[in-house]
Amino acid sequence: MKYETVIGLEVHVQLLTDSKLFCNCSTKFGEEPNSQVCPICLGMPGVLPVINEKAVRLAVKSAFALNCKVSKFARFARKNYFYPDLPKNYQISQFEEPLATDGYINLHPHLSPGASLPLREYIPRIKEGGRKIRIKRAHLEEDAGKLLHEGETYSLIDFNRCGIPLLEIVSQPEIENPQEAEDYLNLLKLILKYLEVSDCNMEEGSLRCDANLSVRPEGKKEMGIKTEVKNMNSFKSVRKALTYERDRQIELLEKGERVSQETRLWDEKSQITLSMRSKEESQDYRYFPEPDLIPLTPKEEWIRKIEKEVTELPEARKKRFIESYHLSDYDAAVLTSQKPLADYFEEVVKQFRKPKLVSNWILTELLGRLNSQHLTISQSPLTPTYLTELLQLIEDGKISGKIGKGILLKVFQTEKSPASIVKEEGLTQISSQTELLRLVQEAIRENPKTVSDYKKGKERALGFLVGMVMRKTKGRANPVNVNKLLQEELKKI
Amino acid sequence: MKIRELPAHQIHKLLVKKEISCQEIVSETFKVIDEKEKEVHAYISLYQEKSLRQAKSIDEKIKNGETILPLEGIPIGIKDNICICGEKTTCASKILENFISPYDATVIRRLKENGLIFIGKTNMDEFAFGSSTENSYFGPTHNPWDLERVPGGSSGGSAAAVAANETILALGSDTGGSIRQPAAFCGVVGLKPTYGRVSRFGLVAFASSLDQIGPIAKDVTDSALLLNVIAGYDPLDSTSVNKPTPDFTHALIPEVKGIKIGIPKEYFISGIEPEVGKNIKGAIKLLEEAKADIEEISLPHTEYGIATYYIVATAEASANLARFDGIRYGYRSKNSKTLTELYENSRAEGFGAESKRRIMLGTYVLSAGYYDAYYLKGQRARTLIKEDFDRAFEKVDAILTPISPSTAFKIGERIKDPLKMYLSDIFTISANLAGIPGISIPCGFSQQKLPVGLQILAPVFGEEKIFQIAFALEQKLK
Repeated sequence: MKYETVIGLEVHVQLLTDSKLFCNCSTKFGEEPNSQVCPICLGMPGVLPVINEKAVRLAVKSAFALNCKVSKFARFARKNYFYPDLPKNYQISQFEEPLATDGYINLHPHLSPGASLPLREYIPRIKEGGRKIRIKRAHLEEDAGKLLHEGETYSLIDFNRCGIPLLEIVSQPEIENPQEAEDYLNLLKLILKYLEVSDCNMEEGSLRCDANLSVRPEGKKEMGIKTEVKNMNSFKSVRKALTYERDRQIELLEKGERVSQETRLWDEKSQITLSMRSKEESQDYRYFPEPDLIPLTPKEEWIRKIEKEVTELPEARKKRFIESYHLSDYDAAVLTSQKPLADYFEEVVKQFRKPKLVSNWILTELLGRLNSQHLTISQSPLTPTYLTELLQLIEDGKISGKIGKGILLKVFQTEKSPASIVKEEGLTQISSQTELLRLVQEAIRENPKTVSDYKKGKERALGFLVGMVMRKTKGRANPVNVNKLLQEELKKI
Repeated sequence: MKIRELPAHQIHKLLVKKEISCQEIVSETFKVIDEKEKEVHAYISLYQEKSLRQAKSIDEKIKNGETILPLEGIPIGIKDNICICGEKTTCASKILENFISPYDATVIRRLKENGLIFIGKTNMDEFAFGSSTENSYFGPTHNPWDLERVPGGSSGGSAAAVAANETILALGSDTGGSIRQPAAFCGVVGLKPTYGRVSRFGLVAFASSLDQIGPIAKDVTDSALLLNVIAGYDPLDSTSVNKPTPDFTHALIPEVKGIKIGIPKEYFISGIEPEVGKNIKGAIKLLEEAKADIEEISLPHTEYGIATYYIVATAEASANLARFDGIRYGYRSKNSKTLTELYENSRAEGFGAESKRRIMLGTYVLSAGYYDAYYLKGQRARTLIKEDFDRAFEKVDAILTPISPSTAFKIGERIKDPLKMYLSDIFTISANLAGIPGISIPCGFSQQKLPVGLQILAPVFGEEKIFQIAFALEQKLK
């Protein structure tokens, strides 16, 4: 029998605020445990939460980018459960009245950019066709702390993360396969990073993903029994965990057994999912509206202002690159795979108006170099100004393209400007015809055998002579020029 | 009148005239405490040395000819559910017996800025759960008028301390009558301000949507002066209202002519002790003589008040008290092997019976399958009760009722019957559900020489109207 898979994803992204959701503590990552805490995020008796306006702004911005309806009346709710990493023993979240609902993203033939490093993962994996995945809701909530199980008889708690603002984005259960789940995550990350609302760093925990998966015989309307899969630490492991889980469920059904509704953990080491708790043990969170916070009732004007702040998203930008710069689909896709990269490209093009050439240099020369040195585009020693300068030097005939590539390397080594490298190393092209003619005549004199070969009709001998002249000039001659001069001189013999 | 019996506004005049020193006042207060505290047990902690030191520095100020603020140098007792940085905040619970707060409540910061002197932390029902102060881990407080009786609750320690002259002023907190009812039982003035008038930051939460901190004082003038100090918007409390605070002493005009006062018929049916009814009616008569317009009104949903309150309040309390788990601070049971045992034992051993009862009630009404039938229905009933008041205040400026169907009852009399205890809050609970302000002022005595309390309610942010009527009545009842 053939089976269909139904996947829904719950993604938590950390919003890029300086302070926590309900207090003034810093959100900085990697600090000394319990150094970013105060009575409020520690849930001391008597404290009250106060909403961080920037977090709401970033959430609303994300909601627009995800084509959601932004609620005019959103409310926080207490989600009650006991755990040592949750100081109040309830989490302030949203339940019945979330900030945003009913959105979607288009899984279009765009690329799947991987993590920001290494850069080779930018290389697009172009898909056929496009698909719309609907988003059920997006809501704000606070993060919990982190348990450190250090001793046999005790555990330690680090509350630095506690109270950090998270946006939970819940998709509709309509993702069709594990690969599509990975694509969805990649696109979500691309959009949110573009908006600069989150850095979506899965390793630092600023993006986390739980998945629900069920299978059903093909064509059947009724949903199968689902399991929830947690504990994936990369998009790739999401795909692998879901593939495993799909196959496991199908195998059960094939054997005539039932899938039991439960939460399962992905075990990265053994590459399987393991049962964590069953539905019967699942908790009653006893949600109720948070009485310490007043409802969020954003004014129309404020909402419109934020809507305008939503910058051009990758899909639109790619389209514009193709239309106004006449780039290929592939080139435009790579360039728009990262906001800083697209910004870099446009900054150069603004001053050097040959988009195709700029694109070639970025894609073939610059990205390769950055990749091998494990640098991001923002860390590139070759700044947009430097690349413009370099391209202009080539354009003006001051240096050859080949020399230009060498200069790019030198910029990486010395971080000096291309013009000053050219000047210091005397790399400008030999433009004096007399000088060039002297070298051409020298080459003819020194290679009588080659000259006679040429005279006998061996066209390839000319190439050898050009090479000899180029070697003498250390590449500083214009090869076209040399070729022309050589032919003229050889005719005279 | 003896010094120890004077209200703050009279003490202030004596201080300014240098007829008495601040140190004398504080010493006198501690002298009274020495005499009476063994019998009354109004306090959980006392700050004798610190308060004398502070008094000394204020005396220096006065000596140097500096002006002092209206309540500067005045002793005040703080209910032990309000945080003072570096001091214990026990909430009269074993689970917080040794908890020291790392920060000041906003009201404490305001009191400090205004130079009031903290005498100590006052006794209360554990986590403010109760109407008699019998639910304190540290033992009950006794009513200074009759030591065999309760002072009311949950702010019983604060009310008893003021009544026994063990302080001049006190702060209480009122979730369903916890300031007004003990003020009535102890014959002092207690005000529950409008929800949002006074910051709750630093008040250990019982029911967040109902709690308000308020003054307990010897007279209406002191009450207005203390509200002047503690009221005002606080960016640390999202539910505090950003609205300018008037000078409430300007409302102290002994004049009620033309003011429309409603008497809700639902508050004068069965169950009221005749002595209470008689005194309230006497006060109504005085107001009539002073040309106030007295009018009978109806608050038809009054009977749902108690049930509604015990759903809303316990639901919120069950979450608010979840943080007391033995993990980060407070009592931790020593005999636990697993995390679940640690939670269960710490809470089982740390909380008193009434706290456990309310946590269980609140957990139940929020549980899957019961939420709609209890919590949501409770919220709807709350709206109806609020609308009762909205309609009433379209017709009248204020509402007058008794505070409690009875005067102070005997210690132990109701503790075994929670339902009867809950019903004693019937006249005060609605104000919290509606978020409106209410005051309790003394209104004569019963034949047993027990104080009777009268309640004046006004629309939200109508404290000035309350003060005016209360002040006028206070003058006439003298």
